[in-house]
Amino acid sequence: MTISADHAAPEHPTAQPGSPNASQRSPRQAAPDAAGDAVSKFGITVEDYMLPARRQIQMVAPDGTLNPHTEQGTQPGHEYSLPSGAELLAAYEQLVVGRRVNDQNSALVRQGRMAVYPSSHGQEACQVAAALCLSEGDWLFPTYRDSVAVMARGVDPVQTMTLFRGDWHGGYDPAKNKVGIQCTPLTTQLLHGVGVAHAAKLRGEDTVVLAMCGDGATSEGDFHEALNFAAVFHLPVVFFVQNNQYAISVPLAHQSVAPSLAHKAVGYGMAGERVDGNDVVALLAVLGRAVKLAREGSGPLLVEAHTYRMQAHTNADDATRYRQDSEVAQWVAKDPLSRMRTYLTDRGLLDGEGDARIAERAEAVATQLREGLGEEVPVEPQNLFKYVFSTPTPQLKEQSAMLADELSRDAVAGPAADSAKEASE
Amino acid sequence: MSPTVTTSSEANGNVSAATARAAATAAAAAEKQGPQTITLAKALNTAMADAMYADPSVLVFGEDVGTLGGVFRITDGLTRTFGESRCFDTPLAESGIVGMAVGMAMNGMRPVIEMQFDAFAYPAFEQIVSHVAKMHNRTRGAVKLPMVIRVPYAGGIGGVEHHCDSSEAYYAHTAGLKVFTPATVADGYRMLREAIDSDDPVMFMEPKKLYWSKDQVDLDALRAEHAANTERGTSSEGRAAVARQGTDATLIAYGPSVPTALAAAAAAAEEGRSLEVIDVRSIVPFDDETVCASVRKTGRAVVVAEAHGFASVASEIVARVQERCFHHLAAPVRRVTGFDVPYPAPKLEHYYLPGVDRILDAVDDLQWED
Repeated sequence: MTISADHAAPEHPTAQPGSPNASQRSPRQAAPDAAGDAVSKFGITVEDYMLPARRQIQMVAPDGTLNPHTEQGTQPGHEYSLPSGAELLAAYEQLVVGRRVNDQNSALVRQGRMAVYPSSHGQEACQVAAALCLSEGDWLFPTYRDSVAVMARGVDPVQTMTLFRGDWHGGYDPAKNKVGIQCTPLTTQLLHGVGVAHAAKLRGEDTVVLAMCGDGATSEGDFHEALNFAAVFHLPVVFFVQNNQYAISVPLAHQSVAPSLAHKAVGYGMAGERVDGNDVVALLAVLGRAVKLAREGSGPLLVEAHTYRMQAHTNADDATRYRQDSEVAQWVAKDPLSRMRTYLTDRGLLDGEGDARIAERAEAVATQLREGLGEEVPVEPQNLFKYVFSTPTPQLKEQSAMLADELSRDAVAGPAADSAKEASE
Repeated sequence: MSPTVTTSSEANGNVSAATARAAATAAAAAEKQGPQTITLAKALNTAMADAMYADPSVLVFGEDVGTLGGVFRITDGLTRTFGESRCFDTPLAESGIVGMAVGMAMNGMRPVIEMQFDAFAYPAFEQIVSHVAKMHNRTRGAVKLPMVIRVPYAGGIGGVEHHCDSSEAYYAHTAGLKVFTPATVADGYRMLREAIDSDDPVMFMEPKKLYWSKDQVDLDALRAEHAANTERGTSSEGRAAVARQGTDATLIAYGPSVPTALAAAAAAAEEGRSLEVIDVRSIVPFDDETVCASVRKTGRAVVVAEAHGFASVASEIVARVQERCFHHLAAPVRRVTGFDVPYPAPKLEHYYLPGVDRILDAVDDLQWED
């Protein structure tokens, strides 16, 4: 990149002249041999480890029946076990809550209580599995569409929605919750996830990071840089791509002609996998295994989930301009909630009583959102200046004083004076 | 202080911090005591080494900063002394370097990262503007990003295109970034230590043509000054310096233009004109007080900067001086800047760069006859 690499003066200084440590310089850190590990761990070739299985992993079919083991898409080195009944029931509860959250938030936008809401209606299985596959010390890096995942990770629903209510750019403490701020510039957050994992690794902690993005985002440069950095530094990051088929209006075919997005993994020297993104059972199995492998030192992994954004990009979008109702109908038939409900009911894990309890729980969260977002939260104008730096600069102090002065004059003049002034103008 | 984690690398054994510490101590002891002639490069290098020695969460990374010691050798020896976990090469991707540093800073580290050249930092612009600058604000102070982005900048070295941009205005215009630029060897040490200590992100603009400039500096005295400042909670951050006292007019300069302004002042003195030179040091925050005190005293001012003049830091300084010192001014405030052209090829840069003659012409223009 540098055209002339040697800009050093002839007698450039050395950092620590006479350093007694000079002769003990450590050898260049070689990346651990992930490929070799895979060969010995799974008894398959490096290519078979890194390339996704030939079919997507699907455990429960759209009609709610369990696929026979031979028809789940698994193959040697890509084997998945069924999560426990308790895990599945907990996931179903979060699915129902997530759907209720999506629909409640969309309603709040229509009522003018929120500025905008990018709904994950139809993608709830991905949202829920992304949160549930992580342990307490792990980190999640979500996008603007992943509010349900953020809540499923345990962040307060009203704090989560602060971004969209419009009184501040973020409502929760990322460090305390171990959830990155919901990120709008596409894939930039993947690199933050890489950095969090790198810092943890340098301290010898066993933190895993799950970093989320969509299909359109895989076209961004930071997607490439994040995957490559994670692979080169051999970091425990699971990159989770929700392929919901559209980037606002542009279909996947205009983003990539790769055999699949999961196939991109091999280019970075990491393992990829495809999973049915509307099958929460398969998602829990695939993401759970990816997190486990990452924690055990396998380096990063890439998981692509096939799902569908059943509603428009946001309330400001008109999806009928770029896709047919018949296409949407096909995906409604693959809905993640109804599929799971049938499966759990047929297995005897869910009965009327459980159903009622879960519905009640979802309604409680919806009520919390209605109440929390319905109340007028007063904004504090001086907060404009409060958080730009840890200590405000003299320039910001001046501007803060100017605004304070304007506000105090407004307060003295009062609203009546304001309207009189407007009338005279 | 930032939410720096207490688990040091020494404690978990990832880095042989004890070894590094012993080496650094020995190295410090081996250094000559008292004032010595060193380069700006050496001062910057020593600042990083001292900061790494003092705090295991300080990490250095970027392109070619490890084995090679950086294309300008500013990180020379850091990998050897502190190990590859503390100073390391990254893949060649600037957005990746800055984005990863954001995550590391979120998780308890204090990254000091190098952008190899001014114009090579542009791929990282989105990370810098959308995240580095905004994270503290959007999280209402919950997440601090104590990181330093070192940028060798500006021209005067005969570099080919994309190696000589003055990019400071892009960063200064972005709310949430501090922008420092040292002009002296001592400030190289002093200001880089302060940048690393800062809980807010700092764009640290290093005038590359001054890397090999030398000065008599007492590193131990600078270390003692830093220690005393840390103890008292004081620093030189955000303060301009009077680089040369004068009475007739003020030259306001920063970074690579400070030595040029000093040369102009020396030449003016021979013609009987006494010019004061202000070294801005910190573009953000800006020291209105020191700058305006000088202009009020002299009544005349010329702002000198290498960057293009249009919509520049120099323009901002003129506006601020004019707003605050209008009634003390005997003449309009002038700018001597680079022309509004892409940075020229090596054989033409001489025409582009503000030089002593162009500065003195501007000074001559300050309505002395009135």
